[in-house]
Amino acid sequence: MSFAVARAVAWRTLHNVFTHPSLLIPSLIFPLFFFTAFAGGLSRVRDVPGFDFPLGYTAFQFAFVVLQSAAFGGVFTGFGIARDFESGFARRLMLAAPNRAGIVLGYGAAALIRWLFTVAVVTGVAFAVGMKVGGSGVDLFGLYALALLLNVAALLWASGVAMRLRTMQAGPVMQMPVFLTLFFAPVYVPLSLLKGWIHAVAVVNPLTRVLEAGRGFLAGSPTDVGAAFAAALALAALFSLWAVRGLRNAESAG
Amino acid sequence: MSAFADQVFLLARRSVVRTIRQPANVVFPLVFPMLLLAVNSGGLKAETRLPGFPTKSFVAFALAVPFIQGALFATMNAGTDLARDIQTGFLSRLSLTPMRGIAVLAGQLGGVVTMGVIQATVYLSVGLAVGVRPASGALGVLVLFGFALLVSLGFGALGAFAALRTGSGEAVQSIFPAFFVFLFISSMNIPRNLIAAGWFRDLATANPVSYLIECVRSLLITGWDGQALALGFGIAAAITVVALALASWALRVRMAR
Repeated sequence: MSFAVARAVAWRTLHNVFTHPSLLIPSLIFPLFFFTAFAGGLSRVRDVPGFDFPLGYTAFQFAFVVLQSAAFGGVFTGFGIARDFESGFARRLMLAAPNRAGIVLGYGAAALIRWLFTVAVVTGVAFAVGMKVGGSGVDLFGLYALALLLNVAALLWASGVAMRLRTMQAGPVMQMPVFLTLFFAPVYVPLSLLKGWIHAVAVVNPLTRVLEAGRGFLAGSPTDVGAAFAAALALAALFSLWAVRGLRNAESAG
Repeated sequence: MSAFADQVFLLARRSVVRTIRQPANVVFPLVFPMLLLAVNSGGLKAETRLPGFPTKSFVAFALAVPFIQGALFATMNAGTDLARDIQTGFLSRLSLTPMRGIAVLAGQLGGVVTMGVIQATVYLSVGLAVGVRPASGALGVLVLFGFALLVSLGFGALGAFAALRTGSGEAVQSIFPAFFVFLFISSMNIPRNLIAAGWFRDLATANPVSYLIECVRSLLITGWDGQALALGFGIAAAITVVALALASWALRVRMAR
């Protein structure tokens, strides 16, 4: 029964997203835009002494953009949940659903499919502009697996916020921590080139492990894989509790 | 003239007061550019080791960006507030009074400019607190405030034009990403002469936002650079004149009695 609810919620969410360009385009444009601005505008950063990523700056930024698109794909789906609560649809949905965990599952499935569409486009663009991939190329799927876990974690975070606050005004609360956590990782240069407070923050930021491992997969020389998957799984587990408690909060609010 | 000044003052005060009453409209334009400054100045500090980079302090280099980013937020706030006035019928009720249309625009933009100057004060104070010392000295700081005022006025008028043409807050909000594109495809993170990708350097060179940023940057890290100042002030003035003309025209259409 949970799966029937999940399927219905996922279909409705995806139908909304893919039939409303105003919902689809931002989640597609933003990663492409970051990719263009960073890989294009900052490509000279590869000449900074100590920059040692072997595949060039385009590939270096591609790993970040894939993870960023995954995280923001989850957050954008969280906006939809908040909109459903604000319009009263979510309350009717909760009355109709025999198992309400299926609602979260449905939103999660929608976020995942939405991100797969985005990452397919981003990957196509990256290869079209000549991005190089190291190793056999199979390792690239390790990057996608990490991004998938991040997508789930971000969706669970955003849905937890949406179900507690139940208003579109919660958008910045969903978005800002994700944005900051992403950008407090070594986005522009490898961790070894960061200095001062940003290095100290990046070292303890769980997304640093995920980003460094993602870049390792891209280069065909995986590094820190265990720590990266452990960090991503821990985030997903932590935010699943957050989302479930958010659901209970929404239920008790009536 | 006195009645006109009263009308402008009352509407400007209303514009400032209602902005202050919405914490998100005050906090976000102040905090977000500072967060981006912190993130970029930390993450891109290594860029100062590139040969030809104009300063050893990336914070000083990047401090120019919040001034322009803050103006973009002013655009959104001005436009969204005016659109709300249209949606709630406030503007229609005003059009039934003897109030002059131009006073509505001047009052709204007076509020935007006030917020722009407050933002500039915060950005500069943060810069000074983290050790940035404007190379152009105290006089340069005055010029910087004049520039911030002009840019806020210009972008605020653009926001007002968008609001008056569409009459929708959502429509005004939807042009925000377009402004962000202009900001990111500019010399905000690296000097134009150090951009390696030719196509990106061409886009940044054609982008007027690059010159607005470089004008502020010149005052902060170079000193008195006549060319940068002339280009920055020239472009800001052109944007302001065109945007004011468009907004005035849109206002006449919207308030046709």
